[in-house]
Amino acid sequence: MSATLNETLPTADTAKELGLLPDEFDKIKQILGRTPNFTELSIYSVMWSEHCSYKNSIVWLKTLPKDGPHMLAKAGEENAGLVDIGDGLACAFKIESHNHPSALEPYQGAATGVGGINRDIFTMGARPIAQLNSLRFGDINLPKTKWLVKGVVKGIGDYGNAFGIPTVGGEVYFDDCYNVNPLVNAMSAGIVKVGETVSATSYGKGNPVFIVGSSTGKDGIHGAAFASKDITEASAKDLPAVQVGDPFQEKLLLEASLEVIKTGAVIGMQDMGAAGITCSTSEMSAKGKHGMKIWLDKVPTRQAEMKAWEILLSESQERMLIVVKKGMEKKVNAVFEKWDLNCVQIGEVTDGDRLQYFMGNDLVADVPAESLVLGGGAPVYKRDYKEPAYYAQAQLYKIEQTEEPKDLKPAAKHLLSHPNIASKRWVYNQYDSMVGTVNMSTNAPSDAAVVNIKGTNKAIALKVDCNSRYINANPEVGCSIAVSESARNIVCTGGEPSAITNCLNFGNPYNPEVYWQFVGSIKGMGAACLKFKTPVTGGNVSFYNQSSYEGPVFPTPTIGMLGVIENKENIMTLDFKTEGDIIYLIGESQNDISSSEYLYSFHKVKNTPAPYFNLDTEYLVQHAVKSVIKNKLIQSAHDVSDGGLFITLAESCFNKGFGFEINADKNIRKDAFLFGEAQSRVVVSVKKENEVQLVDELKKHDVKFTKLGFVKGKDMRVDEDIFVSVTDALELYSTSIEKLLT
Amino acid sequence: MKFGVVIFPGSNCDQDMIYVLRNVMQQEVVELWHKEADLKKCDFIVLPGGFSYGDYLRSGAIARFSPIMDAVGNFAEKGGYVFGVCNGFQILCEARLVPGALMHNTERKFICKNVFIKPQNYDTLVTNQISRSKVSLKIPIAHGEGNYFNDAESLKKMNDSGQILFRYCDEQGNITPESNPNGAIENIAGVCNAKKNVFGMMPHPERAADTELNNTDGKLLFQSIVNLVTA
Repeated sequence: MSATLNETLPTADTAKELGLLPDEFDKIKQILGRTPNFTELSIYSVMWSEHCSYKNSIVWLKTLPKDGPHMLAKAGEENAGLVDIGDGLACAFKIESHNHPSALEPYQGAATGVGGINRDIFTMGARPIAQLNSLRFGDINLPKTKWLVKGVVKGIGDYGNAFGIPTVGGEVYFDDCYNVNPLVNAMSAGIVKVGETVSATSYGKGNPVFIVGSSTGKDGIHGAAFASKDITEASAKDLPAVQVGDPFQEKLLLEASLEVIKTGAVIGMQDMGAAGITCSTSEMSAKGKHGMKIWLDKVPTRQAEMKAWEILLSESQERMLIVVKKGMEKKVNAVFEKWDLNCVQIGEVTDGDRLQYFMGNDLVADVPAESLVLGGGAPVYKRDYKEPAYYAQAQLYKIEQTEEPKDLKPAAKHLLSHPNIASKRWVYNQYDSMVGTVNMSTNAPSDAAVVNIKGTNKAIALKVDCNSRYINANPEVGCSIAVSESARNIVCTGGEPSAITNCLNFGNPYNPEVYWQFVGSIKGMGAACLKFKTPVTGGNVSFYNQSSYEGPVFPTPTIGMLGVIENKENIMTLDFKTEGDIIYLIGESQNDISSSEYLYSFHKVKNTPAPYFNLDTEYLVQHAVKSVIKNKLIQSAHDVSDGGLFITLAESCFNKGFGFEINADKNIRKDAFLFGEAQSRVVVSVKKENEVQLVDELKKHDVKFTKLGFVKGKDMRVDEDIFVSVTDALELYSTSIEKLLT
Repeated sequence: MKFGVVIFPGSNCDQDMIYVLRNVMQQEVVELWHKEADLKKCDFIVLPGGFSYGDYLRSGAIARFSPIMDAVGNFAEKGGYVFGVCNGFQILCEARLVPGALMHNTERKFICKNVFIKPQNYDTLVTNQISRSKVSLKIPIAHGEGNYFNDAESLKKMNDSGQILFRYCDEQGNITPESNPNGAIENIAGVCNAKKNVFGMMPHPERAADTELNNTDGKLLFQSIVNLVTA
């Protein structure tokens, strides 16, 4: 044993400062058979952080369905899930959070989130073809929120635009609960030929280990540990824990990584995200059941005299670890030389299970790989949970408690211009949505984004969705709704829901009431995923989204769904096509306004149950919509969601400028009919000559449906009363966010 | 006809351009690597969009010093056809192969959306197949630095000699301040050199040339190119 391993040894206090519990410190001593040195303790602290180990969530995550007929890589097996989409192609897709960095440094925090999720895709050998994001901010009127929105959007844009992959969809949501902790979730999807993927593994004694891409600096050190604690006033001191992004390097790394795979020299490859070299060396070694010797002094660094633990823990971006077949080093070097990137051998694969890190001749850390990783030695906790008091209170709400306004037009205008409903064009116009020439939704909008798979009859449909207000109202029902709405959007686009990825954003898991929200969400997600046969392919857990003084954010389990459109001729769009077409509602209106944007922000009644929802009805409605699309009976399909039926109809008007005339359902309150957010409803329009066929087809399904009215004129009319002209509605809808932000 | 599409480090519209030329227009296309100085006997050189060298300095400012750009300059000097789109246009300006400069958009933001443009000269290599009765072309832009500028004297000369290719307009073809997305002087969206063999434009015609994307206005430019060069 070298001198370095026998330096002054850390105590339980040091462990605590690094975020490790006393029990965890003891467990490390037990694994090593001795007290760890500071470098080793740092390694355990990041690898056993929630971010890398899922120690507080894995028990429940394992209950989620992960099997499906098309799964090629299941949850936890690789960097991202892999789904067979036919024609010899597979889609790798994943969503990940970058919440904590974005709260402190919105521009770099969001930018590196985009970089990280794309590396997860191309490290598997898949070329990213589409990106999405899901953003949550606090009150849009606060100067701090405006600063965060502008920084995050510019960060995502600058990184994604230069990287050159289109941003095809997303969501932006505002609520006071996100004032301190914004949520930034980024998703990427890539395509790879089946059988040409690369695994994050390492084996074969003597095989060289290379680090490629950017040099290693002091940025992002302890980033994973930072993401695993609450945000406090002192968090600004964690600024060095935020990484800095370079999309140009990422673009070069993408091309070089895909090119090096073609040489046949690669045994395994993994990107460096959270916990940097530590994480990639340990996860690859554990997966391949081998050890590794790494000489940290050979790692190209940005600063002189970086310490061993700094090099190990650095989260500098745009780097990959590659294990290469011995004798093929020259081929690998040639590729990275072509792209002007670092490519340096820093170690080799060994037999056994030890990870040994050296600085020159000094052994600075010596740990078993398996002991560090999820599924290996990383701790697993069952946390206590308890129903919060607000929940029982919310269930008591009855619609009669809210008086229906005599005139509903102010509510309609309020909703059209509400930032949660209004057009997000101020945001998405800053993202390159068309590079790659695969975005089929630019000129033909649908409920989900449609991405062309060139050279085939296929397209994929992608959607991110989560109404966190519903989840807060009832985690189990709310999360079933999030999955159902994603599936409904895919179905309304002409696709078949295929699989999901999730990004689970919650408060502190040691708070039993927060953990209750987490458990309920997982149960609801699992139930809906089983129903729609959409396995969970992986994703990410982000706890500790809470501040010391404002409490936890709404539970926000963001769903990213992949759907497959087998035949591009079946793509369905959401806009009304022709004057005189007849408008139908598939599904049933309810006398329900619970948790609607209307009740929450117009009447300011905040604590109410989740909207009406029945999973079986949802399934039947989606099945009916699929069949009317497949039989080419309808002109448009758009689901009813935030803002209710009125907003759905308005959004179908905007693209071509048509108005509508409908009659309200006299059996329920008109505000519930227009603005209620009861689930499992889809608005379709049909040509007059297809109406009989449509009705016949719908009768074959066990679903309710209603004739609402007609596509007509330039106004939005309900019961012969003009609510607003399409021109005025569009003005409110399209300019409200930019007016609030400038 | 043989097209050469130059790939700089950071180019990201190169494959889109190649797809349209090869799959939509059925032309022969080769890739040209920035480190080389050989144009592989191409008849027509395209500089595609992207963020060459990251564009951390001024867009296109570094790419113009690539070895391939010496060859492209010589080729243009001898009358060879060169077409730059977006970052390609920025590089052509930096290399002084077309007149003018491209500044930050007035809003200081990256903008990606469909815009409308109107040809200002129907007799050029890139506009000859566009009908005068077509009031506007819908073509997307995606840039942070597309605010075209030139001094009054040069602009007059360019206007007089038909060097203005396109101006931003509304859907009906009216050239208005509201239809100018980036603050470009005189709504200029694309220009050519005095000899009319080097062309640059900010909007992306290659993003509007595939029927699967429900907009083929950009295809008219490629039809013009193929028509005149092969004629």
